[in-house]
Amino acid sequence: MAFDQQKDQQFKYIGTRPKRQDGIDKVTGQAKYGADTYQAGMLHGSIVRSPHAHARILKIDTSEAEALDGVKAIVTRADFATGLTGENWNILENIMADKRALYDGHALAAIAATSPLIARDAAKLVKVEYEPLPHVTDIVDAISGGAPIIRESSIEANVPEGYHKNICRRFECGKGDVEVGFGEADLIVERDFFTEATHQGYIEPHACLAHMTPDGKGELWCTTQGHYNVQRICAALLGIETSQLKVTASEIGGGFGAKTTVFIDPVACALSRKANRPVKMVMNRSEVLRATGPASSSWSTVKVGMKKDGTITAAQGTYRLQGGAFPSAPSESPAQVTFAPYDIEHAEMVGLSVLTNRPKQAAYRAPGAPMGVFASEQVLDEMAHELGIDPIDLRLKNAAKEGTKGVHGPTYKRIGLIETLEAAKAHPHYSIPLKENQGRGVACGFWFNFGGSTSVSMALSEDGSVALSIGTPDIGGSRASMALMAAEVLGIPYEDIRVTIADTASLGYNDNTHGSRVTYAVGLATIEACKSATQELCKRAAGEWGIDPEAVEWEDGYARPSGPNAGSFEPLSLKQLAAKMTQTGGPINGHFEASPQTAGPGFATHLVDVEVDPETGKSTVIRYTVVMDAGKAIHPDYVEGQMQGGAVQGIGWALNEEYVYGEDGRLQNTVFLDYRVPVASDLPMIDCVIIEVPNPGHPFGVRGVGETSIVPPLAAVANAVSAASGVRQTRLPMSPPRVLKSMKEGKVVG
Amino acid sequence: MKYFKPDSFDDAIEIATKAEGTTRFLAGGTDVLVQLRADIVTPDTLIDLKGIDGVSDITQNNDGSWTLGVAVTGAEMSEHPTLEKDWPGVVEAMDLIGSTQVQGRATLVGNLCNGSPAADSVPAMVAAGVTLTVKGPNGSREVAVEDVPTGPGKTSLSADEVVTAVHIPASGAGRGDAYERFIPRTEMDIAVVGCGISLRVVDNVIVEARVAMGAVAPTIRLVPDAATALEGSTLDDAALDAVAEAARAACSPIDDKRGTIEFRIDVAGVLAKRVAKTAYERARAAQ
Repeated sequence: MAFDQQKDQQFKYIGTRPKRQDGIDKVTGQAKYGADTYQAGMLHGSIVRSPHAHARILKIDTSEAEALDGVKAIVTRADFATGLTGENWNILENIMADKRALYDGHALAAIAATSPLIARDAAKLVKVEYEPLPHVTDIVDAISGGAPIIRESSIEANVPEGYHKNICRRFECGKGDVEVGFGEADLIVERDFFTEATHQGYIEPHACLAHMTPDGKGELWCTTQGHYNVQRICAALLGIETSQLKVTASEIGGGFGAKTTVFIDPVACALSRKANRPVKMVMNRSEVLRATGPASSSWSTVKVGMKKDGTITAAQGTYRLQGGAFPSAPSESPAQVTFAPYDIEHAEMVGLSVLTNRPKQAAYRAPGAPMGVFASEQVLDEMAHELGIDPIDLRLKNAAKEGTKGVHGPTYKRIGLIETLEAAKAHPHYSIPLKENQGRGVACGFWFNFGGSTSVSMALSEDGSVALSIGTPDIGGSRASMALMAAEVLGIPYEDIRVTIADTASLGYNDNTHGSRVTYAVGLATIEACKSATQELCKRAAGEWGIDPEAVEWEDGYARPSGPNAGSFEPLSLKQLAAKMTQTGGPINGHFEASPQTAGPGFATHLVDVEVDPETGKSTVIRYTVVMDAGKAIHPDYVEGQMQGGAVQGIGWALNEEYVYGEDGRLQNTVFLDYRVPVASDLPMIDCVIIEVPNPGHPFGVRGVGETSIVPPLAAVANAVSAASGVRQTRLPMSPPRVLKSMKEGKVVG
Repeated sequence: MKYFKPDSFDDAIEIATKAEGTTRFLAGGTDVLVQLRADIVTPDTLIDLKGIDGVSDITQNNDGSWTLGVAVTGAEMSEHPTLEKDWPGVVEAMDLIGSTQVQGRATLVGNLCNGSPAADSVPAMVAAGVTLTVKGPNGSREVAVEDVPTGPGKTSLSADEVVTAVHIPASGAGRGDAYERFIPRTEMDIAVVGCGISLRVVDNVIVEARVAMGAVAPTIRLVPDAATALEGSTLDDAALDAVAEAARAACSPIDDKRGTIEFRIDVAGVLAKRVAKTAYERARAAQ
């Protein structure tokens, strides 16, 4: 079902494109971001960071820094909770080192002072004695021969004997018997692929203001994708009860997954507790790049067997993801995701997490998927060319559909992959003739999408307007989408609904804004919360009319008798019922709490044309089209925003973004001048085609769209550059020096 | 840190002469202030030159040459009604630096004195034969731009000397200049290789040329062999190949996060050809 074929009259508000309610604040500079909160008497924090990639910390002498006028508190690991386990321990170890500095930029101590400059100067006065240790930052080196072992204790029980001791976790999935599948194949291709770590590149650096008081309570204002999660982690790391810390989320200048964890928030809390004053912390860009969490670097090995007609007979993949000095690389994800779009009888996937002396990787939009798909979708592309089959036809031939058992286990309900492929094939882009030095790339992508724990409440005012409280920070226009869904259910104008991101003390628990879950899960909860209010409104009308509540129905903003048998009464509007609510039984509110499990998987097909300068190896993206199944686009502008944003981040990842480490194990490109995200003039307008194959698990058919959009572009761009350059590109980024070298050598760059 | 805003160059020199520790002259501040904020260089003395009369003037002299004040910004150069007609290469090189906001502050002299081997305006100035007036406690001297940088972040100026003006020669008939850089993006980046060429043609024959390369050595390089390769030619294929070869031969680059040695040498030749073509077309049109 194409986007414009879904009947408009089904919905009054959903599918329209009203202005976002936070828009005026944002374009006039009034919106309050993480660094925009102030308190009387607040101090400013700074962090002392390791200049070594790997070193034993022998001594931290803070006496000189403490003596500096204006310094009010200094904290080290000793100021945090002890006895933590699991991920809480990992997070603490990452935000404040204990016995070893594990990567360049690892925090060792923090200072609160009366000005940012004093705090910065004091940090230089902290004397740290190190014993440098051997380090490793490259994923291949890390699991070869003599690499230093980062942390043997983190190796999980299912990692077989004989594996390198920097492999800490192993995951496998699949079905059938790949040996049988490869036996049936006419063509088998196996290749290795490598991708570098990339940062999410959000514009707003991490920032917070913490105020802990001597009664053991605290307040924290911060930029985050999930303030309940910040509350839980900070409380654990400080050793206090969760509810004693109230956390308020600011407006957020981008997160893309990386603001689902914490870096400075517990540090600011610990400084505030020690200084007994509010403490503000704001990271600079170099700190963000050195010491927050980029995505993993990777090394993938993919092998596919195919019949001459394009039928995939077997797929095999090993995906090694480097997650820094912590066992957190999302290596399960590429194992499950890469071949999920296809109906394959025999498949075997392994995911391995690798430790190195790099910062703890953090979630980045469909964590782990883009780099795995970079491998799998390139092998399919190569085989399509080898067999003379159109790359979209090859994917259509193998495409998963309703009833297909995915290689990762689940059997699909209604999904929209085929619709995206057909729309891509029919799109004018696909038939535009290419010029010399240009190539066209196609790739598909899948993402699970997620539900997650959700609480929503709505409150009706006497004038008939509605306050909706949600607990998921708005990173993509979700307040507008919630207001549209509430307007649809309540039958009142979009403008009459004000949506607020409530703090942790004002609304029940919510998972992070992550997993492409908000429009689906919070939307579902919003719909149910509003329905619980309309039920009450119907009851009030029934009381007015003296009939049974079951004989009243809610339609388009009015309580109406449900049929001729119910009696003949003039319908009562929401406004009329609201005006009388305090006399007819009291305030009318709605709420809903659940962990919905019916998120619909997302599928997308991307088309891209790239021109490669044969003299310099420079790639220019000249045309890009994203075709994606949104289930139902609640606010199409913000669906398109997600589609375009994912494509653009993927283009950056594919062409020029990378973490560059020196021989000394230190990060060399710690500013945006040298960490090269695409600028606006690097990009064509990204064309969007929204497909709407409704998710049967959502009242309006919504599927998440935030992550699927970044799954295909690495592979799509690589397929295009490979076609334009005549050389299969197996290593990211496809920077000009690398592509030029590959063209001169005329072979696969491995 | 002490901040001064003198109203004459003589006062500026006196302040600089007496200053101890690190001194920085402040024009646009697009390097000085960034380095200050990033904790790279915190000057003990900061001397703001923007209070001195004439530092923002662009003047064409009677002989056709140009004198630019030291605080003239990139935006002022681009918006000048006739400067770009005479020296399109110098103006386009300056215009490549930074964003629109940076263009409102950044200056030629700042770009030069920052001492970066990758400075965009410097190869264009060297190619155009730009000179500077430099003043110190013992008086003034004229210095060619190519004699200023001595290494990454280093210049031949002494701590008590200040640049007081920029002189661009008269362009004259048949003159064409051009600058191009290679960056992996389209904007907001540092040159991986830069090339500035200025040449003069008579009857479509190149009679005079200057070729300068950026980001391929510790300093911007004037490449006489590349100029020789162009002179006497009508920019035929042999001349283009020769200029590429000479440009490559002049390179002694490093491997770094921005590019490899191999790549820089390769692209130096590619850019030399491309820039020569542009300069030649402009020169022919100006005959």
